[in-house]
Amino acid sequence: MPTKIEKDAVSGQDTTGHEWDGIKELNTPLPRWWLYTFYACILFAVVWSALYPSIPGIHGYFHGILHYSQRQELDKEVRAAAAEHADIRQRIASSSLDQVAADPEMSEYAVAGGKAIFANNCAVCHGAAGSGRPNFPVLADDKWLWGGKRADIYQTIQHGIRSLDDPTTRMSQMPRFGADKILNEQQIADVAAHVRTLARLDPPSDASKRGNAIFSEQCAVCHGQNGQGNRQFGAPSLTDGIWLYAGTKDAIEQQVTLPKQGVMPAWSKRLDDVEIKMVSLYVHGLGGGE
Amino acid sequence: MTALASKATNEKAQPAHIRAEAARLAAVDGQNYADRVKVYPASVNGPIRRVKSALLIACLAFYYLVPWVRWHRGSGLPDQAILLDIAGRRAYLFGIVIWPQQIYLLTGALILAAVGLFLVTSLFGRVWCGYFCPQTVWTDLFMWIERMIEGDANHRRRRDAQPWGIDKLWRKTTKHALWLLVAFSTGGAWILYYVDAPSLVHEFLHGEAEVATYFFIGLFTATTYLLAGWAREQVCTFMCPWPRFQSAMFDDQTLAVSYRSWRGESRGRHKAGDSWNGRGDCVDCYRCVAVCPTGIDIRDGIQLECIGCGLCVDACNNVMKKVGRPKNLIFWDTATRLAAATKGEMLTYRLFRPRTLMYATLVSVVLIILGTATLIRTRVDLSIERDRTPNYVTLSNGAIRNGYTVRIENRTMNPARYEVRVGGLKGETLRIGTEGPNLEWLDVQPNQVATFRMFVQAPRDILQAATTPIHFELIDSEHSRRVEGTTVFEGPETRDHPRIN
Repeated sequence: MPTKIEKDAVSGQDTTGHEWDGIKELNTPLPRWWLYTFYACILFAVVWSALYPSIPGIHGYFHGILHYSQRQELDKEVRAAAAEHADIRQRIASSSLDQVAADPEMSEYAVAGGKAIFANNCAVCHGAAGSGRPNFPVLADDKWLWGGKRADIYQTIQHGIRSLDDPTTRMSQMPRFGADKILNEQQIADVAAHVRTLARLDPPSDASKRGNAIFSEQCAVCHGQNGQGNRQFGAPSLTDGIWLYAGTKDAIEQQVTLPKQGVMPAWSKRLDDVEIKMVSLYVHGLGGGE
Repeated sequence: MTALASKATNEKAQPAHIRAEAARLAAVDGQNYADRVKVYPASVNGPIRRVKSALLIACLAFYYLVPWVRWHRGSGLPDQAILLDIAGRRAYLFGIVIWPQQIYLLTGALILAAVGLFLVTSLFGRVWCGYFCPQTVWTDLFMWIERMIEGDANHRRRRDAQPWGIDKLWRKTTKHALWLLVAFSTGGAWILYYVDAPSLVHEFLHGEAEVATYFFIGLFTATTYLLAGWAREQVCTFMCPWPRFQSAMFDDQTLAVSYRSWRGESRGRHKAGDSWNGRGDCVDCYRCVAVCPTGIDIRDGIQLECIGCGLCVDACNNVMKKVGRPKNLIFWDTATRLAAATKGEMLTYRLFRPRTLMYATLVSVVLIILGTATLIRTRVDLSIERDRTPNYVTLSNGAIRNGYTVRIENRTMNPARYEVRVGGLKGETLRIGTEGPNLEWLDVQPNQVATFRMFVQAPRDILQAATTPIHFELIDSEHSRRVEGTTVFEGPETRDHPRIN
């Protein structure tokens, strides 16, 4: 620091005291508003660092005087949201499915929630809004393998189908007629021909007449004498135009020879009872509910 | 000698504004901008002041009372005649309810206001600025309070120059307290246009209103206090765009507060008994300047700062009466008439001019369009959203089903009940609702939107193509209203797996 501040003769401004080859540097300080804003920022940073988590350590970090944590905040919000829903969820829990459906407030809540649950858990196989995917049933139509009443849907979701980790799962098995040599290839072809006449896809033929006899003997136990199906075994009707595994002759023969056994998980392990009720109502309302 | 003497007298009695102007020029020296010179408008009595006061009271009464006007719309609906319910997304104007989709009506109203202002300006000059503008009304009110507490212009000027003392302190404190009170009631009343007035006042007094309410009341209190108490004429001169572009509406035939220089000049002091021959009527008393709320001299001709309030007319007439000269040396006049009068001609004021006729036509056209749009506005709106997933559903009997989400907006204040029909298909069945029995009627509450799920099912044989145009028809037989919405019915692209009978 120069002991004596020299003033520039032309501008009247102070100089810094630095001189290079006779040229003196003017002292032009930062604008005061800028400087004070800068100091205020430093002060703000100090206060902020003291109040909030700021300094990292090796085994943790400085938590700040306020002990603020974004995870805690989120947790609080989630709990607050859950508390807001607690009342109506409690009401749904203590009501039957039909009671929930009949109450506009509960029904609206359940269907809206069921929609979200369905999109997260079910749509991957059953398609958005139950539109179905290859080898997985459409839920928007009126054909139900195991029943389309609210209680039926509820049970299917809760315990699943062929979900071996649930002792009360819906269970049935189509025999492997071809693979286990119960029927030979010719017999299977005849049965397939008969099934296609049941569905009114082909007119009756000699093969289908032969197949009719085999059908009565082997298939009618589950699928019914006229192929109308039986929900007790999840045996589909063979007379309508809806096919889970396609209705071509090849596909039918394939299914008789070495059947696909579709599995639906038991959702009681993943969803709570209220959530299952909600998604049951949503599925019931997709258009095919009984 | 006489002239010199009179000049000397003049300088001695130099009116405040001259001194102020000199101070202003001194302040400008070496700087980029001039400091504001505070205006101390003097009080004035006269017919124009009385008209202005009456309009002031009328405007304030309108502003404060309108939110309290009630209008019965039915149970569960707001009963405030004018309510801009932003949270509920409705604007209520007596019997008219405007939904967000009808915001164009607001656009129309704003256009009408603009064109109406053009018309009034081209006819009568700045009557809006001088009498109706909130800035003018509240500034006038604040000046009245100031005058009650601090006295007239001379007292105020003298006190401001004095050092602080008891007298100055209590007067200033009282004045600002009263200003803040008025500002608060102004800001408070503004909120009442956006929420139900009686319940808000109750909530406010009990400290239960929303934070936003307190914030906006605080904001409008602050703006009123600052704009009417402190900024005053600076708002009109520097902030408001209207004085800037009103010159586009002004022409030589527009009425403006004018000094009739053909009568006034040459001006000069006049002693009782002196002859009026060879001189003008203006006695150079500066009363017109003293009362001017924007601190200008009207004798300098038409000016941006002039808000056309006409208080100088009253001031001048009072003086003319005293000196025994005819009234209205300053009055509303046009540039054409002033120019003609200088040559000794007297022209009549022309109300019907191409400009005014054009503005009048514009006003009528906008008014007709706005009126028609308001009358034929949609009372019931129907929107149909067809399900995309699944595009269609094949049922076990082979029929094809499509799902639709139908939204009905009942913009009336009456509950409505609709019967639904589907047109464009043959042998179709309609199912409404997903749970419970099929709905026979669709009930929509007044002023509400209702959403319904609908399933239309048609035999496959009747579908001629993958896409069949259909329409939904809503019939409200009670109010004899019929609404139609078009959509399509989708089916399979090709007849895969054709079935035989």
